[in-house]
Amino acid sequence: MNLPPFSRKPSCVSRALAHDSAARHVSGEAPYVDDGLPLTEQSYVCIGSSARAHGTLVELDLEAVRKAEGVIDVISADDIPGETDIGPVFPGDPLFATDTVEYVGQPLFAVAATSLKLARKAVSLARIRIEEMPPVLDLDSAIAQQLHVRPPHTMSRGEADSALGASPCRIAGFMKVGGQEHFYLEGQASLAVSGENGCVTVHCSTQNPSEVQKAVAEVLGIPFNRVDVVTRRMGGGFGGKETQAAAWACIAALFALRTNRAVSCRLSRHDDMVMTGKRHNFKNSYDAGFDAEGRIQAIRYQLAAQCGYSPDLSDAIVDRAMFHCDNAYYLPNVTIDGVRCKTHTVSNTAFRGFGGPQGMIAMETVIDEIAYRCRKDPLEIRKLNFYDTKERSRTPYHQQIEHFNLPGIVDQLESECQYLARRQSIREFNLCNPVIKKGLSLTPVKFGISFSITHLNQSGALVHLYSDGSIHLNHGGTEMGQGLMIKIAQIVSEVFATDPENVVISPTRTDKVPNTPPTAASSGTDLNGMAARNAALTIRERLIDFLAEKHATEKSRIVFTPVGVRIGDELLSLAQAARQAWLSRISLSATGFYRTPKVHYDRPSASGRPFFYFANGAAASEVASDTLTGESRQRRTDILHDVGQSINPAVDIGQIEGGYIQGLGWLTCEELKWDGTGRLLSDSPATYKIPAIGDIPPVFNVRLLEDCPNEEETIFRSKAVGEPPLMLAISAWCAIRDAIGAIRDHEVFPRLNAPATPEEILRVVNEVRNAP
Amino acid sequence: MISFILNRSPVSLELVRPDITVLEYLREHRYMRGTKEGCASGDCGACTAVMAEPGNGSLEYRNFNSCITFLGALHAKQLITVEHLKENGRLHPVQQAMVEQHGSQCGFCTPGFVMSLFSLYKSCQTGIAGTDAGSIKEYLSGNLCRCTGYFPIVRAAEQALADCESDRFDRSVERVRQTLIDLDDPPVADSSRFHSPDTASELARLRNRHPDARLLAGGTDLALEVTQQCRDIGRIIYLGRVRELGAVRRSERRIEIGATVTLDRLEKILGTDFPELLPMLRRFGSRQIRNLGTIGGNLANASPIADLPPVLIALGATCALQSTGGVRSMLLEDYFVGYRQTALRGNEFIRSVDIPLPPDTATLKVCKISKRFDDDISSVCLAALITIEDGTTTGIRVAFGGMAATPKRALHCEAALSGQPFDRDTIERAKAALGQDFEPISDVRASAAYRLEVAGNLLERIGLELSGAAVPTRVDQI
Repeated sequence: MNLPPFSRKPSCVSRALAHDSAARHVSGEAPYVDDGLPLTEQSYVCIGSSARAHGTLVELDLEAVRKAEGVIDVISADDIPGETDIGPVFPGDPLFATDTVEYVGQPLFAVAATSLKLARKAVSLARIRIEEMPPVLDLDSAIAQQLHVRPPHTMSRGEADSALGASPCRIAGFMKVGGQEHFYLEGQASLAVSGENGCVTVHCSTQNPSEVQKAVAEVLGIPFNRVDVVTRRMGGGFGGKETQAAAWACIAALFALRTNRAVSCRLSRHDDMVMTGKRHNFKNSYDAGFDAEGRIQAIRYQLAAQCGYSPDLSDAIVDRAMFHCDNAYYLPNVTIDGVRCKTHTVSNTAFRGFGGPQGMIAMETVIDEIAYRCRKDPLEIRKLNFYDTKERSRTPYHQQIEHFNLPGIVDQLESECQYLARRQSIREFNLCNPVIKKGLSLTPVKFGISFSITHLNQSGALVHLYSDGSIHLNHGGTEMGQGLMIKIAQIVSEVFATDPENVVISPTRTDKVPNTPPTAASSGTDLNGMAARNAALTIRERLIDFLAEKHATEKSRIVFTPVGVRIGDELLSLAQAARQAWLSRISLSATGFYRTPKVHYDRPSASGRPFFYFANGAAASEVASDTLTGESRQRRTDILHDVGQSINPAVDIGQIEGGYIQGLGWLTCEELKWDGTGRLLSDSPATYKIPAIGDIPPVFNVRLLEDCPNEEETIFRSKAVGEPPLMLAISAWCAIRDAIGAIRDHEVFPRLNAPATPEEILRVVNEVRNAP
Repeated sequence: MISFILNRSPVSLELVRPDITVLEYLREHRYMRGTKEGCASGDCGACTAVMAEPGNGSLEYRNFNSCITFLGALHAKQLITVEHLKENGRLHPVQQAMVEQHGSQCGFCTPGFVMSLFSLYKSCQTGIAGTDAGSIKEYLSGNLCRCTGYFPIVRAAEQALADCESDRFDRSVERVRQTLIDLDDPPVADSSRFHSPDTASELARLRNRHPDARLLAGGTDLALEVTQQCRDIGRIIYLGRVRELGAVRRSERRIEIGATVTLDRLEKILGTDFPELLPMLRRFGSRQIRNLGTIGGNLANASPIADLPPVLIALGATCALQSTGGVRSMLLEDYFVGYRQTALRGNEFIRSVDIPLPPDTATLKVCKISKRFDDDISSVCLAALITIEDGTTTGIRVAFGGMAATPKRALHCEAALSGQPFDRDTIERAKAALGQDFEPISDVRASAAYRLEVAGNLLERIGLELSGAAVPTRVDQI
């Protein structure tokens, strides 16, 4: 396919249109799964779960539950007609535990009752006896005991060990980076309605309708074609509804078929926080060699992730951490060991960045430490180690860096944010202020775009042009707030040169577009936008063929314009053209399909081209930290980000702003805590604190990099924007380190972990103060 | 029977269950699904609605968490939800600004933000709130958004507040106000299990008659028993209409504050005398919580991490406890007797809190330390009332929250500071003394070691501030 096909400046694409649902969001008229009017005889589900982290389920007596007021049906593992394991890639996720329980909150049974409250009350009546076994609850223990959910995997290039030995300077250490609760505002929710012929429709808040369809069909023991999964919108996903929406859909569907009722399974906030997986916490160890200038010669990494009790997506997540622990820097000799540790905790899962952030922050830690050792500004070390597109252009997984605009981005940002002048004034401030210290850091982001599992890089779309000229659009992507629907409507309207208002977006559903990937890996627009464009192009080609013949003119003389279809000197409205085509029995409906070109990856040799291209950006953040209490506040952030040629700048800037603050939460105030028995302590928004409005920096400048169409042939030369901006927040975390380092004039490297809570900051302040 | 106005329509209903929340009423009884449940614990703001009630000769609009507000508290008020803002298909200015500034992404938190913005808009119109960045952040402090990073919402607020033109609610202010006054006359007849007394003596009698009943003021904690622990509350005595409990009396030397005075009102009542308290009060819960939560509630629930008790103890406040047997008064530091236990007897209620105004020579210091700056519970909260004369500390009361099973005075620490210059050596001794005063616990918010260390370091902060050194000591000052 040759791009771009349109010579004129796009009229629909590149406009900062509002989110397709914005007017309904603000008036409460945008319904979510739980917002439909209750259906006749609807019942409500509550899940009964394990209160122990590890043990044998020796008794599950549900008699009292069955007899409780309002209870309609109760199910446990024995009631599953089909597959009992819903593990998305590898087995290991029983829908209900049977013999062994492996985390606090693991579902054991479910109750459907006439109201949610009665279901909740009934659940508490179960008699559950678990013979406890010793649990492994933390990452260090799992590393020490070599407990894994999947085998370790290694990437390497060059000779890390010998090059390390030959390096003039050497640092070694580790940093711990915490997990993160998704805290989508809308919790997990499914509504199942049974239909004729053993079919079931599930309205589900999921990023992955096809996966939910598969899980439901397999659990019910019926073919995929009897299950229809519908997703209009999610109240946030962030990866948390990629695989972990499936269980609740399966339970609702099973109840629906058993009771022939509509069944709602919506988790309470508490159950959602306890029963669903989070971002993986990591322990990243490094051993790095570099020269006196600070140029890296070799690195050995061990990236160990706490996966929880089952594989879920952890293999790919740790791989992506490994793919990103180079960030933007050339590592001449490198070995990366990725370890997938098993603990008796909830199974950690996808979360915006998918392991990438945890790998990237290890690299930025190494850079900072090298800078301390070389007594240089960390920004100098960053620049010194950047990839180029010549000799220093091979990634640890042997992908060639082809287009690399980060040095330019960093230079531009450095000058626009007045980095040097502020560095100087911060130094002066810190010299005369004993309690409050300021810090500044500028960090880059290079993030690989494509699913690293090659077969997921495909999607489809379905477009109808009706005989009145209005357009119906459906595609495999799901809307979770990221503005996917409006972007794709813009793309389709661009093809027909019609107003995006003329395109109606319908809910994503598996009976319209089948076999889709999750809306994940930032790929939603790249895959579905291209598929929708292909569908629209097919219809447009048919129209052109038809009109050329009917009007006996050259195809090249038929042009779609905002005022209508120009045929030579004639002008037809899109409606007129569509109607003529319909009367002449031309098909005005088409599917579209797209698969990402060029990508391939051979995992056994850890080499290939897993990524079609890279998204780039950089952020400079300034913070102030209190060395008596560990409190810190954001003062200013400047961002320059590369989205290629933006399809919708408002949506893209929204992703950057939101991603940054979500990353800031991950690295500062969001702290997951468990007790010694494996019970989650931070199990509500009262104890788990995502950023609030008071946490945003008072000065925040975001700019999109100008005039930089994607070098690869992506949809209108845009770049993916969903995940990359989250990692811009690493600048804020490094800035906190910079502030702490000021206590000892940056002579002692502050070994900061994430999240940098007040307590963590004070710990490191003391460590730096007391260092010899 | 309770009566209120839902948007424009008067509603009267019998509270069959006294513990039904406003959110449950809206979503399950009226099928109004625009208002969302995000957490059912008053922490996220997705369920935010607005209540209007007569005040200042007009109507006062307050945002609140409908998930933890019992329906009975709406008596003689107007309830406005996100569905009510549009007029003839036209968006309200706050809604329009949210659309134009791209203030929604996933949209689930949006109705709550819109309602908080609406309450700010109305409050700006009447001059109760400012249109500055500080006011915007304060009014939105209880609304969590996971998608936008808040920036476009701030921009939407700025756009909407730029002119604050009149909206459809202005046209009906007088009518609504009169209807609300009429609804309240004669005063509410009790529902069978939701009692709403008017006077303290009636309250005392009800308390005797129904020892099983739960007292409801703001309900921001009580409601969690229903929404989080799935309990039923069979009988409620609502305090919001007891005249004496809402009263504030000020004399030259004391301020007496009724138990149901909200945290929001407290800001105005105490702000002039205790400006040092304002930054903490503005971080106390969220706007929604402060609109409902009361000073009495903060004492009655006796949380060791409540933020008012350390301040009130440091100020030497007393509380008045009333029953049919009369009123007794006790020092607040004697009121807290154990973990979530108080000296309050079964038939008593808190009538008021009496704060002696300190002499001009005394300085109040208040420090709240939490993981998140806004709407978070303190890991450590310090309040100190300090009098320094001729370089020597002549008066000192230091109280902490988060350091023990109760809010508590640090007597050893006080002894170390008393009669000494507030200098480095003294502070070191006072820090060491804290180890005798407290054995804090480790929990989800902070470790014991952190708490103890920060408590000591806060003495250092105060010392630096008292020394007059021209360096910032608080991270939000610069």
